[in-house]
Amino acid sequence: MEPLNQISGIVTPLDRANIDTDAIIPKQFLKSIRRTGFGPFLFDEWRYLDQGQPEMDCTGRPLNTDFVLNQPRYAGSNILLTQDNFGCGSSREHAPWALLDFGFRVILAKSFADIFYNNCFKNGILPVVLPAKTIDDLMAQVIASEGYTLSVDLPGQTITTPAGDTIPFEVDPHRKECLLGGLDDIALTLAHRDDISAYETRRKSATPWLFATP
Amino acid sequence: MSGKTLFDKIWDDHVVRSEGNTSLLYIDRHLVHEVTSPQAFEGLRMAGRTPLHPEATFAVPDHNVPTTGLEHGITDPVSRIQVETLDSNCDQFGITEFAMGDPRQGVVHVMAPEQGITLPGMTIVCGDSHTATHGAMGALAFGIGTSEVEHVLATQCLIQAKGKNMRVVVDGALGAGVYAKDIVLAIIGVIGTAGGTGYVIEFAGSAIMGLSMEGRMTVCNMAIEAGARAGMIAVDDKTIDYVKGRPYAPSGDLWPLAVAHWQTLHSDEDAVFDQEIHLNAADILPQVTWGTSPEMVTHINGQVPDPADEQDATRSTSIKHALDYMGLTAGTPMHEVAVDRVFIGSCTNGRIEDLRVAAAVAKGRKVADTVSAMVVPGSGLVKTQAEAEGLDKIFVEAGFEWRDPGCSMCLAMNADHLEPGERCAATSNRNFEGRQGKGGRTHLVSPAMAAAAAVTGHFTDVRELL
Repeated sequence: MEPLNQISGIVTPLDRANIDTDAIIPKQFLKSIRRTGFGPFLFDEWRYLDQGQPEMDCTGRPLNTDFVLNQPRYAGSNILLTQDNFGCGSSREHAPWALLDFGFRVILAKSFADIFYNNCFKNGILPVVLPAKTIDDLMAQVIASEGYTLSVDLPGQTITTPAGDTIPFEVDPHRKECLLGGLDDIALTLAHRDDISAYETRRKSATPWLFATP
Repeated sequence: MSGKTLFDKIWDDHVVRSEGNTSLLYIDRHLVHEVTSPQAFEGLRMAGRTPLHPEATFAVPDHNVPTTGLEHGITDPVSRIQVETLDSNCDQFGITEFAMGDPRQGVVHVMAPEQGITLPGMTIVCGDSHTATHGAMGALAFGIGTSEVEHVLATQCLIQAKGKNMRVVVDGALGAGVYAKDIVLAIIGVIGTAGGTGYVIEFAGSAIMGLSMEGRMTVCNMAIEAGARAGMIAVDDKTIDYVKGRPYAPSGDLWPLAVAHWQTLHSDEDAVFDQEIHLNAADILPQVTWGTSPEMVTHINGQVPDPADEQDATRSTSIKHALDYMGLTAGTPMHEVAVDRVFIGSCTNGRIEDLRVAAAVAKGRKVADTVSAMVVPGSGLVKTQAEAEGLDKIFVEAGFEWRDPGCSMCLAMNADHLEPGERCAATSNRNFEGRQGKGGRTHLVSPAMAAAAAVTGHFTDVRELL
């Protein structure tokens, strides 16, 4: 996992609530057995006018020019700004894989769905929950001024606006440490292998039916 | 000190270690399907790891499986590779798989309870958000991402922060023609699609405990559509009777030990919930969604809402978007909305009881000329049982297609999908844009309401047909 520390960049406003993971990456792309290559199909049904198929070449596809990701002013964006309950629905980790592959490293929203929120951290994406008023203010500013950028400082847990205003944010200390170091969760858990074995021994005597094979 | 909730009890039983807000939680059962697992197995191989307890993981292909012409195998090469990858991963790592062709194969959330792989008091995870289903058995069950699938394979644990406790109490008697699906859609209509975010929901009350195990699974299945990763229901005699004798359920000397523990799996009288919601079952009418989120729901006597009536600007815009996508006009009575397709099946409503209810409505009637309707049993065993009861004949005589088991048109990863603009009455769980096919328009209903729409060609109050 690519570590995340400080990042600045153009902000893309996606001014809709309840954006589900089916919208982020439609089901036909879930047939891939790889973790990469989903970026061109991010928001496929909103981004293109034709029907997307796995592994197709997207360069000549007809674009929905109304969709924000197709507007030149947001080219190269790495920060996504959106509304309530982003990432609801399916648990598909293909959603953060697609966002990451496209280039997004930070997502700012009023709220996130739980599984998606969790999946982001596993892939080096920082999801940040901000108060509704803050999101509404940022949304208005981003839409009003072309080239609007934000600077995100994970160690200091702050976001800085072009005007120099500082917005603090919360992040779980364990998740923060993993993002900063690009750490592998599995290796961290395996370091507690003795605790896991001790738990299993305890449980085998308390609830033996859970360990019996028919 | 106050008592514990059902969620507290199962959580506490599974904590291996804690650090601050974060716990290492032991996972008793891990369910795997073909879509969200290949990258996890590949991750294990790349790191030179192997599953810690392959015997605790059970696999089944379901999302990509065709529901017709099984003798030809999977014709879509991309889908076929994904299913073959599951077969070879299970083979390589020694994981039990109910592969295509096995009579037990079916939707993972139908198969596991049916086999007794799901047991009360367990922690159960799967790379699938509808894992919440298994909470109906008094288990803590939730969906995870692929990185977590890999984590569970390697460690049999997950790193988790504990959620909050919510109780949704539905008391009273359900009216005739009103089912578990209507209860859960009504709940989502009240608390919203993000109302349960950060919570585990315990469903309780006389109307919930009055449901069959199949009905309870329908309710817990859709906890995720209310934003809650897990839904659960206390263990009672129905739960224990359901589990008894299933292939992977405990037997012999272990059975009474297990039952004694399971009988403790309910919230204590003095347990405190962070949030409580109360609904009266008698107030719930047959539900129909009109929009592109499960919270966009009304009852059969309702009408398509007007975005102008919504005070909140974001919500008003969402309603407008939804009506544009759904091709609906504000103020239209729901019973005037005509459907092109009907889908009966899925992990929400693909169990034997669901098929019985739909067949009772279909019996002696004909699918409308303007409608194409299909029934997809949740598993091979559901299909066999339905055929033994003659339900397949009732459906076929009425003009429904009788298919083989799988996820099918709930998410349209196999060949079953809506064409752009087609409108479908579906017993599945999500009415998101494009869920059943690009441009497809999904209305979520109970199996009885789906059958009623099939035979009349439009949404109809099923109570008029009973």
